[in-house]
Amino acid sequence: MTRQILEIWVGVFVAAGIAALFMLAMKVSNLSTVSTGDTYEITARFDNIGGLSIRSPVKASGVLVGRVSNIKYDKDYSVAVVTMSIQNRFDSFSIDSRASIYTAGLLGEQYIELVPGIEDNYLEDGSDVVMADSALILENLIGRFISEIISK
Amino acid sequence: MKSPLVEITKLSFNRGSRIIFNNVNLDIERGKITAIMGPSGTGKTTLLKLISAQLEPTVGSIMVDGQNIHGLDQEELFEMRKRMGMLFQSGALLTDLDVFDNVAYPLREHTRLDERMIRYLVLIKLHAVGLRGAAQLMPSELSGGMLRRVALARAIVLDPMMILYDEPFSGQDPISMGVLMKLIKTMNDNLGLTSIIVSHDVNEVSAIADYIYIISDGQIMDQGTPAELEETASEWAKQFLKGLPDGPVHFHYPALDYAIDLFEIS
Amino acid sequence: MQHFLRKTVAVFESLGDRSLDSFERLGRSTLFLVRVFKSIPFVFLRPWLLIQQLYSVGVLTIVIVLVAGTFVGMVLGLQGYNILVRFNSESSLGTMVGLTLVRELGPVVTALLFAGRAGSALTAELGLMKTTEQFSALEMMAVDPFKRVIAPRFLAGFLSMPMLAAIFSAVGIYGGYYVGVYLLGVDDGAYWAQMQKSVDFHEDFMNGVWKTVVFGFVATWIALFEGYDSVPTSEGIGRATTQSVVNASLAVLGLNFILTALMLETS
Ligand SMILES: Nc1ncnc2c1ncn2[C@@H]1O[C@H](COP(=O)(O)OP(=O)(O)OP(=O)(O)O)[C@@H](O)[C@H]1O
Ligand SMILES: [Mg+2]
Repeated sequence: MTRQILEIWVGVFVAAGIAALFMLAMKVSNLSTVSTGDTYEITARFDNIGGLSIRSPVKASGVLVGRVSNIKYDKDYSVAVVTMSIQNRFDSFSIDSRASIYTAGLLGEQYIELVPGIEDNYLEDGSDVVMADSALILENLIGRFISEIISK
Repeated sequence: MKSPLVEITKLSFNRGSRIIFNNVNLDIERGKITAIMGPSGTGKTTLLKLISAQLEPTVGSIMVDGQNIHGLDQEELFEMRKRMGMLFQSGALLTDLDVFDNVAYPLREHTRLDERMIRYLVLIKLHAVGLRGAAQLMPSELSGGMLRRVALARAIVLDPMMILYDEPFSGQDPISMGVLMKLIKTMNDNLGLTSIIVSHDVNEVSAIADYIYIISDGQIMDQGTPAELEETASEWAKQFLKGLPDGPVHFHYPALDYAIDLFEIS
Repeated sequence: MQHFLRKTVAVFESLGDRSLDSFERLGRSTLFLVRVFKSIPFVFLRPWLLIQQLYSVGVLTIVIVLVAGTFVGMVLGLQGYNILVRFNSESSLGTMVGLTLVRELGPVVTALLFAGRAGSALTAELGLMKTTEQFSALEMMAVDPFKRVIAPRFLAGFLSMPMLAAIFSAVGIYGGYYVGVYLLGVDDGAYWAQMQKSVDFHEDFMNGVWKTVVFGFVATWIALFEGYDSVPTSEGIGRATTQSVVNASLAVLGLNFILTALMLETS
């Protein structure tokens, strides 16, 4: 085998490997759908966040506008403080927007849905969303449902 | 008189509990051909490996060209080894390179010669061992004798100051044996290099060696020029050199008494 | 009674002997690795050495990886479809195939194939070089075998593994696509969209890549050390080659569990 043929093969191999990595990153994983632009952060306080976790999606009308970037527990008020990174191009959430935790499908992952209000001032970096609805906890619902059935 | 190139003092070496060398003193003169002879398994190959610092002595020191070769760091040792050639008993060619590239290997590693010059030097050395026509063969396509001759060409390609030959003649037909003898002799005389030959071929060695050491049982049994040995050799050396089955030399690896072993008497 | 005592002592003795042995081997393999690291800069001065090894380690492993990846992907498509169709969620087939391959099967199966194909070849090659005194010959020619022989092989193994695993996962995803979409009628768009929605770049893809990096490192290290440390006889080479595949495979499976646990912990 000549040196040149060997070099060509190695070149093909490396190119195929890099192409495969690229394909997995862009076509298989969500890298291409993750925002790369700048973000601003807003926070919201929930009584119960259910199964929400860091990197959970934040949506408006079903469109991905950002992700959960931090979750803390505020022991003074006994609430969870959730920080969301919202992409800069979605900059028109009024200050009376409502943040609710929903579940995709019956058992799917949990996400935050932002519903804009009617004010003319918009949320900006560091703002706090006043209106926050906690997660619907499936176990609680089922528990209530069962106890209702039993009590009948 | 010039100081010897290799000075071995009080050398002892063990393999596990087995003593290979026991307090050996031995000098290799510059520009001479020194032969090391001795029964199979006495440690001739081991001695060459000690001299080239592939093995560490248990006790004693080995000076090569005025330097304690076991006290050198890797860089100094490699500098020293560039001036040494070694013909391994098995040839030890690099199996993934063809004959030409094997011989060219030390040149490509240690010199900045251009390809034309390398080709020139390699072909000269291959021609000297009669294998210029085999340049494009792979080591797996060579016979044992050819393999050894390629290894010889590789050992001499850098024109070292000292060459260690481990059994250069074994496996060679009478013609290539003669050619190799002449080659070793001429290189020694013309280039002034020092040769150490390990060999069993008494006649060949006597013909070209300037000095002979006969070692056995971890000691030097006899030494001298071929002529001296011819005349004054001990019973021991006489038996060894003439190849007689009976005498003081043991043909057997140390063992229990034959009869005891055979009939399992304990 | 005395006999029993003597036997017990003998058992402990051999146990102690063995653990001492394995400690000693661990020490030697660590020193070996240190020497390899020290020699790696040299490889960048001689890229040709690396290219040669990328050929024998990477290119020669690619066929088996392509074939295995395709079949594993196809079987995932088949099994996944049959499970998901019970819940009426066969549109999530892409999710299942993608996640399984990227997170687990891609790195692990590729590493096992790598140990069997490239690792055993590396061990046998080094074992043969040792048996035929080629290492000694190199040293006598004032050439450091670590720089010339071992470091390029190490680097090639380390670099090849992530690429091979990526190729495995990529063809596997197309294998699953072929079975799921072409043969079983899952919606084309759903296959890709569901996959992309649930395979996270950091949590799934990158963690998979990290696994392959670790596996490549460990499998290559074990293969080279077993060869370098082998008993220089033909029997010794055979034993070393078997050992190399067994040890590398076990190491990969064990490390996979540890890495997975760590990754789930931190996410
Ligand atoms: N790697 C090793 N481990 C343990 N013992 C060894 C090793 N290599 C050689 N020996 C022992 O050392 C002794 C000397 O070996 P050496 O190869 O030097 O013999 P030699 O004189 O070259 O023999 P020959 O003429 O057959 O080549 C032998 O008895 C052998 O059993
Ligand atoms: Mg020998």
